[in-house]
Amino acid sequence: MTVGFMPLRHANGVPHFARGASGPAWIALGVAALVLLVVFPVCNLVVPPGSALHISDYWVTLGGKIMCYAIVALAMDLIWGYTGILSLGHGLFFALGGYAMGMYLMRSIGAEGVYHSELPDFMVFLDWKAYPWYWRFTDRFWYAALLVVLVPGLLAFVFGYFAFRSRIKGVYFSIITQALTYAAMLLFFRNDTGFGGNNGFTDFKRILGFSITAPATRMALFVITAAALLGFLLLGRAIVRSKLGRVLTAIRDAESRVMFSGYDPLWFKLFVWTLSAVICGIAGALYVPQVGIINPGEMSPANSIEIAIWAAVGGRGTLIGPVIGAAVVNLGKSWFTQTLPEYWLFALGLLFILVTLFLPRGIAGLWKGKAS
Amino acid sequence: MDTLKSRIAAALRRVAVAALACWATQAGAGVAPATIRDLAFGDSDARGQAIAAIVASGDAAALPLLQAVLDGDVKTAGDDRVLQVKGDEAVDLLTGKTVKPLPDNLDDLVVNNRMRRELGTAIAALKLTSTDRATRLAAARELQNGAEEDALPAISAALGKEADPEIKGMLALTQASIQLASRDKATRLAAVKALGNSDSGATKTLLLGVLERKNGQYVEPDAEIRSEAELSLRAVDSRLSKGELFARVFSGISLGTILLLAALGLAITYGLMGVINMAHGELIMVGAYATYVVQNLFRAYAPGAFDAYLLCAIPAAFAVSAIVGMVLERTVIRWLYGRPLETLLATWGLSLILIQAVRTIFGAQNVQVENPSWMSGGVEIMTNVVLPWSRIAIIAFSGIVLTLMWLLLTRTRLGLFVRAVTQNRAMASSLGVPTARVDMLAFGLGSGVAGLAGCALSQIGNVGPDLGQSYIVDSFMVVVLGGVGQLAGTVYAALGLGVVNKFLEAWQGAVLAKIAVLVFIIVFIQKRPQGMFALKGRTVEA
Repeated sequence: MTVGFMPLRHANGVPHFARGASGPAWIALGVAALVLLVVFPVCNLVVPPGSALHISDYWVTLGGKIMCYAIVALAMDLIWGYTGILSLGHGLFFALGGYAMGMYLMRSIGAEGVYHSELPDFMVFLDWKAYPWYWRFTDRFWYAALLVVLVPGLLAFVFGYFAFRSRIKGVYFSIITQALTYAAMLLFFRNDTGFGGNNGFTDFKRILGFSITAPATRMALFVITAAALLGFLLLGRAIVRSKLGRVLTAIRDAESRVMFSGYDPLWFKLFVWTLSAVICGIAGALYVPQVGIINPGEMSPANSIEIAIWAAVGGRGTLIGPVIGAAVVNLGKSWFTQTLPEYWLFALGLLFILVTLFLPRGIAGLWKGKAS
Repeated sequence: MDTLKSRIAAALRRVAVAALACWATQAGAGVAPATIRDLAFGDSDARGQAIAAIVASGDAAALPLLQAVLDGDVKTAGDDRVLQVKGDEAVDLLTGKTVKPLPDNLDDLVVNNRMRRELGTAIAALKLTSTDRATRLAAARELQNGAEEDALPAISAALGKEADPEIKGMLALTQASIQLASRDKATRLAAVKALGNSDSGATKTLLLGVLERKNGQYVEPDAEIRSEAELSLRAVDSRLSKGELFARVFSGISLGTILLLAALGLAITYGLMGVINMAHGELIMVGAYATYVVQNLFRAYAPGAFDAYLLCAIPAAFAVSAIVGMVLERTVIRWLYGRPLETLLATWGLSLILIQAVRTIFGAQNVQVENPSWMSGGVEIMTNVVLPWSRIAIIAFSGIVLTLMWLLLTRTRLGLFVRAVTQNRAMASSLGVPTARVDMLAFGLGSGVAGLAGCALSQIGNVGPDLGQSYIVDSFMVVVLGGVGQLAGTVYAALGLGVVNKFLEAWQGAVLAKIAVLVFIIVFIQKRPQGMFALKGRTVEA
């Protein structure tokens, strides 16, 4: 066995939203779109602050952040839930996307930094006179957007190609992805790497000419993130319902048999792995302008492994489950860190244990169990 | 009562005065009157010669006299008397008689800068004959700061008798630097040659000084000496680089044994049992905190036996970590056998809980674990290579742990059972091996070894709640690189990684070295997914 995954015994191996047979799922999706794309903007920008229906900026920021995490969880579900490959390095792709966007945001600060130099403050501090070569063109938004997709995508492609070609799988793959993000974290912690070292990028002023702190800009970012989340949800659904998705699930459940049936798992795995990394990168790029900071801490192994627990809590192999999981865990986190900060790690630790022991199908599994 | 006290006090005072007088008469002892006269009445050259003569005699009895001159206690009266003044009386240094009251025509013996320097050197040179190591060391240090050629015989004599390597090294260096400044070519040549036998970095500076050019002119005019200096320099350089190489290999092995200790437990739980224990680092941390607690108990209840606290801390660290490990195995991990990814997540959760628990109990700050006194200091192999005792102790300790573990796995019934369950659980079970019990014990063993690692780490690094986190990636790398299920592989991988890491560190800095090693492992695993020492056989995968 050692596929590294306890096969989830769904009716056809594909759960119900993804199977697409049910109307309620579509209705839920429509309601979610309505809430995120219409209700939130109206209640935040139009309804006056005193009103009971007003949604404060705090919730907009938190909501935007959680949706970025949900996109990451969705990406994790594609690779782990459907293909059975547990990545402990997804935080790296997320952070790389964030850094690519961060470079653009740093450039658009212009000379308004503490030292009033065209260079970012940390470069002035290091006594650098010019931007290093890899910062070229990052003052153009389209180029930064390209980097957001290309850097995580290329890294994932090259790493994945060699790893999958050598048929590294299961725990081995998990551990070397963890080593990868750990190594990257060490690299980005260095000041000489040219990405701000410990502190990373922060103090952004504007994006595409709009003030980054203005409520309208924040709401725009929120709406874009929501649209991206819904879009990726639909994309994921399209993929797992296709023949390609069936092969992925087959790889998860019995890779040898897939091989013996004449498929080369390499390219299937590589496709979904690279796609998953790119989705993470985009989530990171959406995250940075909303949260206002990116630093190497995002690449720590702990962050990446937390992504796995979002997917596990929500229910792997369900697409919608990890989205719910990311929301539940992160709402819990922000509640705990405000009211009982010292107990958050206990709660998170227990969550890891209880979910793996008693709730292997996650929250989505509970609901499904009742329905059938 | 009072009278008795005052009588005793008076008696003591009399004894003290007598002793002082005695010491004062002794001050001039061993020094010829002619020399004393030169010292007191001569011009500065004559004085210098007098001091040189005293130093050349090598007689420590002259020390008080020189000190007295330096302190300004020696005065002249008229042009024939040299007096050492003590309070309201004085001793005539030429006759040894006490003079009281003090004569009116006392003149200060003027000690100018040159003489002050000469006196300092002379005192230091004479102190080299002291039996007290600290005095000799201080004297040697004093001489190193600039000694005159006059001190040379005294230094050479002291060098011949000196047994302490540190003092000896300093003296030899001083001697050579004095000789290098000599006007005599043969002396300089001999000095340059002698320096070639040294292994200290300071020698190199000296030799480079010989080869230096100023305004296009060599400082050293003689070509023969220069070429000899180059030879010596090369010899010193090669010895120095050998020393550095040795030091680097040692620190590599030291890092390697630390990695080995951290990874050995993992080699059992992951390598043999196949359990991905992400809480392994936290078991190391628990061991370190157990050591901390034992240390505190010793400090509070048996401060006299503090140096022996490790003897108790080692079994305590093993036991605490082993118990924590067995509890984890019974409550969580055993439900997840055969589901490695779920085990990974659950044990990660366990690690978070352990970290937070330690934070709640001991606080988030690092705690202080003190080395027993015998662990401080080190062995000096060469002047530029010092091996700390703590590192040596850890190397020895990991050797012992490794041996014990190997014996346990290959020579005991438990070891046999562990190997049987590893190879074929169902078959072992049907032959009557209590597999559940074996699982628990094996996991406890692996965890206990992690505790031992924590005990060792507490001796050389910070102990804090995050201690384990920094070792978990490294220890997995070691096990994965070495090959699963292989103790030998783990050993080679740990030592190899340690040494490679240290060499890269010297070349490119610590962070890049670490990154390079991680990248190397990632690439290596692509080539040999089963590790360096894969079990041979046709195991069916998936």
